[in-house]
Amino acid sequence: MVEAIVAHARADHPDEACGLVAGPEGTGEPKRHIPMTNAARSTTFYEFDAEEWKRVYDEMWDNDEEVVVAYHSHTATEAYPSRSDAGIASELGLPQAHYLLVTTRDPAIAEVRSFRISEGEVTEEPIEAIGAPDAVQTYKFAHSPDSTVYDCH
Amino acid sequence: MSVEVRVPTILRQHTGGQKVVSGAGSTLAELFDDLDTSHSGLKGRVVTDEGNLHRFVNVYVNDEDVRFIGGLEAKLEDGDSVTILPAVAGGM
Repeated sequence: MVEAIVAHARADHPDEACGLVAGPEGTGEPKRHIPMTNAARSTTFYEFDAEEWKRVYDEMWDNDEEVVVAYHSHTATEAYPSRSDAGIASELGLPQAHYLLVTTRDPAIAEVRSFRISEGEVTEEPIEAIGAPDAVQTYKFAHSPDSTVYDCH
Repeated sequence: MSVEVRVPTILRQHTGGQKVVSGAGSTLAELFDDLDTSHSGLKGRVVTDEGNLHRFVNVYVNDEDVRFIGGLEAKLEDGDSVTILPAVAGGM
């Protein structure tokens, strides 16, 4: 799944790419990758297309799913939430989601990092990509019970 | 006259954890006034002090993005479904 997310970010480069991974409500398990259209079509900004987001949300609602991962890419800067990323997500965001960032600034190195964003606070969390060792070249390793594991099968 | 409102996770603190609440009003503005009486604070998360929709919230009447049907003046009918969603966005 991380492979698919990185591929989406690469495909949309130099624009920022964005999307979701949905999973059964309450489980926190990332199951279904949903690439979204960046309505801003910008190298420095992203926003879910409002109509598409409504369709996807209705589908998730009917399936009793929730957003487990909300990802977007940075095309020229590091994979860290910007001030507006954190501001918007805190004001009205997805409190249950892992905010995943991919940077595509280097064509050979995919850097992926994951964050929780809540009430203005950005907290990085360790992640572990399993199943596709070549999908990501740098990420924050973790092997603790608190780590978030993205399955690459 | 009753309208179903789907509440996103981040605003369920105002609805006692309920995903769906019901309200009344012939326009969206009236609906949010009505909702605020039973779900205190909900309106303030969606509507600014100046009486506009917050920039990073999406509100839909059935499948229509209300920005295209009059914003808070959008008309409501009995049985309509209103969905509030965070506008997932960010930038450098």
